Amino acid sequence: MSPVDTARSTAAAVRAGERSARSVVEAHLGAIGERDGELHAFNLVTADAALAHADEIDAQVAAGHDPGPLAGVPIAVKDNLCTAGVPTTCSSKILDGWRPPYDATVVQRLRAAGAVSVGKTNLDEFAMGSSTENSAFGPTRNPHDTSRVPGGSSGGSAAAVAAGFAPLALGSDTGGSIRQPAAFCGIVGAKPTYGAVSRYGLVAFASSLDQIGPFATDVADAALLLEVISGHDPLDSTSIPKPPLSLSSTLQQGVEGLRVGVVKELLDAEGIHPDVASRTRAALEALEGAGAKIEEVSVPAVIYGLSAYYLIAPAEASSNLARYDGVRYGLRVDAPTTGEMYDRTRTAGFGAEVERRIMLGTYALSAGYYDAYYGKAQKVRTLIIRDFEAAYERCDVLLSPTAPTTAFELGAKADPLAMYLNDVCTIPSNLAGHPAISVPFGSGDDGLPVGVQIMAPAMGEATMFRVAAALEGARA
Amino acid sequence: MPAGDGSEAALLAARRPLARPYDGPRMASLSRDEVAHVARLARLQLSEEQLDTFTPQLAAILEHAADVEALDLADVPATSHPYPLKNVWRPDVPRDAGIREAVLDQAPDAEAGMFRVPPVLGEAP
Repeated sequence: MSPVDTARSTAAAVRAGERSARSVVEAHLGAIGERDGELHAFNLVTADAALAHADEIDAQVAAGHDPGPLAGVPIAVKDNLCTAGVPTTCSSKILDGWRPPYDATVVQRLRAAGAVSVGKTNLDEFAMGSSTENSAFGPTRNPHDTSRVPGGSSGGSAAAVAAGFAPLALGSDTGGSIRQPAAFCGIVGAKPTYGAVSRYGLVAFASSLDQIGPFATDVADAALLLEVISGHDPLDSTSIPKPPLSLSSTLQQGVEGLRVGVVKELLDAEGIHPDVASRTRAALEALEGAGAKIEEVSVPAVIYGLSAYYLIAPAEASSNLARYDGVRYGLRVDAPTTGEMYDRTRTAGFGAEVERRIMLGTYALSAGYYDAYYGKAQKVRTLIIRDFEAAYERCDVLLSPTAPTTAFELGAKADPLAMYLNDVCTIPSNLAGHPAISVPFGSGDDGLPVGVQIMAPAMGEATMFRVAAALEGARA
Repeated sequence: MPAGDGSEAALLAARRPLARPYDGPRMASLSRDEVAHVARLARLQLSEEQLDTFTPQLAAILEHAADVEALDLADVPATSHPYPLKNVWRPDVPRDAGIREAVLDQAPDAEAGMFRVPPVLGEAP
């Protein structure tokens, strides 16, 4: 791993005129040029635009203006976030040639804060997967061991930060797609409260679960990035009408007296690798050593989370992806009739995992099955929220592993269900709409990073980040 | 032994503790014909080979979901949105968004300010 300056130190140096944004961006483009051929973190590197933007930042500083809290900081943007005039592919052939006419709200906010986008990162097609192997453009590899996956679906963003291509990245998390790759790549990744960050310009997968969030090399950088992108947006009707999150000012307050619960259903599950379980227990001890009160709690309904998620997410996806019909944008495969054109376009444009989930969702929503599957899964969601609420009466935050194992080898999970089981610890937070963060905490016997997940109630990010910072500080 | 290896069996075994044991009647397992029907509804042209692959895969996923199907949740309300937001309103005022050309530029085929598609009904026989 090439050592990188934090986003904080880079922004401070650029704002003070001690370092040019151009030199920062050039250094990172250099790192990308050296190693991205091997890793394939990026679908597209926007080098010219990044350098031009860096020059604008430097001109602002020279003119005495403050470019913002992320002045000159390179950032990698997941390729399911709309960037005006820049191809946005979702790593799918069906969006071939599409250049969005607008920026996602988060992309606008990054620009307003002085961050410099260096490119669009690879993902599992339409964010459906846990390994980035489902990309139509080929897999991303884990910078720690290139025979391993970086996790997914935001694997390109996680690999980019872990490889030193950019100190910050944006991902999206529908069932763990930020936290699991952060764990696999040994970096910090957070999924905010549903509605804390605008989804305007995020290509929809499962609308009631999707949330955009930060990747960074440390907790304070992740907090800074989340502060920049959060806050109400009238363009997203599910956006929570509150000002941006305030996280940095309370980050170093420690955990003295905080109550931390470990979720026994997620720690003792048979699929959790012993190395991962032992690092999670070590994290608990570290927090106890820092003054937190530790207890084991039960959140019984999480055992239904995986089943409920794999009904709800495909159902919403099958509806959202109905828009890809070859009429308005992206791929069209010509045919004698419009109906035939729809069929041929969708068949040629979607990869196998996307087809599988569209099929599953279409089935789960079809006549005669709706109540048994989708309807019941939505009720399970209520059970999970109730059980979390009961746990949060006793605890400020909850702890679990982020993923059951360390990064697995490419091709190791050919069975779709085996792949889905990767998401077992991360899914409950999506179903509840609650925030959760993965913090690296040591490694397994294989030398690969292990992530520990900290969960909090809705809008509980400030406490969650405090605990994350304490855990990071306790890391041996 | 690397932590990512050798855990496949353990991961699959996780289905037991992570899904409530369930021995009651199950929804009839998915047939190949049903999968073909669903593909037509979803406007996908699956090959014979894909139907053979997808049928057991989808059946396995639905079988995993049998624990949810088996729950008695008659008195539990559904959560369709995780945060209690009320409807969001704005005045319904017509305006020119000024992006018609930018949008049409992205279309595979456009003419006279409209998206152009092949015949909807096809040639007369």
